[in-house]
Amino acid sequence: MKFSGGVHPAYHKDTAGLQIEAMPLLHRYVVPIAQHLGAPGKVLVAKGDRVARWQPLSEPVGFVSVPVHAPTSGTVKQVAALPHPLGRPMLAVEIESDGEDRPWEGLAPPADWRRLEPAELRRAIQAAGVVGMGGATFPTHVKLSPPAEKKVDLLILNGAECEPYLTADHRVMLEQAAEVMEGLGLMMRVLGVTRACVGIESNKPDALEALRRACPADVAAEFTLLETKYPQGSEKHLIYALSGRRVPPGGLPMDVGCVVQNVGTAVACLEAVRDGLPMTERVATVTGAAINVPHNLRVRVGAPLLDVLAHCGGVTPDVGKVIFGGPMMGIGQFDMDVPLIKGTSGVLCLRDDEAVLFEGGPCIRCGACVDACPMGLVPSAMGLIAERFRFEELGDWHILDCIECGSCAYVCPSRRPLVQHFKRGKAEWRDILEERRAKTDRDAKRAETAATA
Amino acid sequence: MLVPTVVLSGIGLLAGLGLALAARAFAVETDPRQDRITEALPGANCGGCGFAGCGDFAGAVVRGDAKPDGCPVCDQETRRLVASIVGQTVQDRAPQVALILCQGGDDVAAKKYRYNGLASCASAALLGGGDKACSAGCLGLGDCQRVCAFGAVEMTPSGVARIIPARCTACGLCVAACPKDLIKLVPVEATIHVLCSNHDRGPAAKKACTVACLGCKKCEKSFTGDPRIRVADFLAYIDYEHAPDDPALAALCPTGSLVYRGDAAPAAERTT
Repeated sequence: MKFSGGVHPAYHKDTAGLQIEAMPLLHRYVVPIAQHLGAPGKVLVAKGDRVARWQPLSEPVGFVSVPVHAPTSGTVKQVAALPHPLGRPMLAVEIESDGEDRPWEGLAPPADWRRLEPAELRRAIQAAGVVGMGGATFPTHVKLSPPAEKKVDLLILNGAECEPYLTADHRVMLEQAAEVMEGLGLMMRVLGVTRACVGIESNKPDALEALRRACPADVAAEFTLLETKYPQGSEKHLIYALSGRRVPPGGLPMDVGCVVQNVGTAVACLEAVRDGLPMTERVATVTGAAINVPHNLRVRVGAPLLDVLAHCGGVTPDVGKVIFGGPMMGIGQFDMDVPLIKGTSGVLCLRDDEAVLFEGGPCIRCGACVDACPMGLVPSAMGLIAERFRFEELGDWHILDCIECGSCAYVCPSRRPLVQHFKRGKAEWRDILEERRAKTDRDAKRAETAATA
Repeated sequence: MLVPTVVLSGIGLLAGLGLALAARAFAVETDPRQDRITEALPGANCGGCGFAGCGDFAGAVVRGDAKPDGCPVCDQETRRLVASIVGQTVQDRAPQVALILCQGGDDVAAKKYRYNGLASCASAALLGGGDKACSAGCLGLGDCQRVCAFGAVEMTPSGVARIIPARCTACGLCVAACPKDLIKLVPVEATIHVLCSNHDRGPAAKKACTVACLGCKKCEKSFTGDPRIRVADFLAYIDYEHAPDDPALAALCPTGSLVYRGDAAPAAERTT
């Protein structure tokens, strides 16, 4: 099935043919404590401590929280607020490597996922700090723990990789096909589902073939080649394309019996259980016209951006912008001191002439954004309202359904900064809802007091 | 000529009678105290009290939902009058004025990236806290200016907001509008201020802005054992209850973030 809307940006998947290369050990790593959506963990180490590879640096606080682990052995140089790819400095552990790469003695013993209970698997996945590797970094064990009243019957493996430039998932599917499918089987066991769908965009038929061949006999998976269209890899659109189910506004995939997991996440879950290894590395695509030697890199989490760029031959003199993630939803970086984190699927280096800043013009009501919006919203109207600070009207336009995919801004002939308007508008609309809720509560309390008096 | 005159007058009389009856039949009962309070209030409908305007606030006072001194704009006499209408008394309070605790314009403060989105501080603040290298600095896109009902906020040529004390009524709308929490209400008669909100250590603060408070404690040390100026978390604070009034103090500050404004205390020129 095809979802309506969406766009066809130039794909630039130039690195698709490059084998994943392991990044050599660096002398310094900066591991932010908050690399996932949810409560940041509690730091377990202090300045001067010796740590071993895979040793936990933090412990989760609460259910929606995961630990982070040391990417190599060495000494803790500092625990401080350091530059973070999300823009604001955040608490991080800086480790000076001792070059030994000595593994931690406390690692969980290797186990066979086919013999473990779902609860044990979930615990192992949380302890290993596994988060969604598509970029949103939602803790994986939470997604794998649907409440009893939400019956999940379908696990979807997301290999769409619809962001232009990025090829990390593509290479993982080709080079680690067996692990991806084992990981899928593991996650199916955790959820207790018997049906799984694998969705891959039609520009990667080789990946689909590799996964099909590597599929173990006891993993029941269906394989679908999807239309190549952005944002095919968005959870809601992938679910619709593969099952025809529509996630209700404000709802979650589990409301329609689905859970979606990225292919990299599947591998991380498998490694957490099969080898007992925490998530301390990921595959990231370093690409763009302004990087000298593009790579698909297996990089340890916490590797400083400058070292990664240097390993790829450095940036060209005409570099204009460095983005973490893809060009559509990635985050532009202004500080080259940031580390790569669990959610960094790629580092995109654009030339100055590619990264032009446009002055947004007035809306000409052409409706191109309305056709492009994959959520069926009306970005033109929402943009005009947000621009005039009339945030209280945005609820009527279902602003909270916007997935910030950027399709509207991509097609806008006036180059309006629509996604920025919507990000602000969402924040303001949430505040308004919060205020209204507080007021209702106050009124109810007052009515109660009046009634008793 | 006569017929149309009579007909039209008749229609007018009938309609007038209808209106008069309707006004009687559908009259909305209001507490007479609400009207008296509304009359006493400044009538600028600025919303500084948190209600939809002076009338709404008056209704809230009568219902007991707002305190009679809840209007931040009016003077002490009006507050007393409002309170007496509902049979209450109010405490005297020193007149206040808003103050922007940042003077980091483009000439002194570094930027960390080029921002070309919506011209609103709250939007810019979503992008890594804004384009100023200083984590606390004024973004200069005028959210405070936009909400001010009295035209009391101006933007300096170097792109930082400044309060015009003569117009400020201390309604507090700008305080709520600033995404960087840079605006504070201070006593009108206070003369010495720390115009910085940066909590970074000295070297980091200095790198971001040349007029930042470095937390060097030179000002604090001039009042040994006295809480009038104290440094906490690398930022100096004035205790406005016992604010010092000494132009020589400002000279102690190596960066100029401690400022003396002897002329900054004109009685606010009220709009009422």
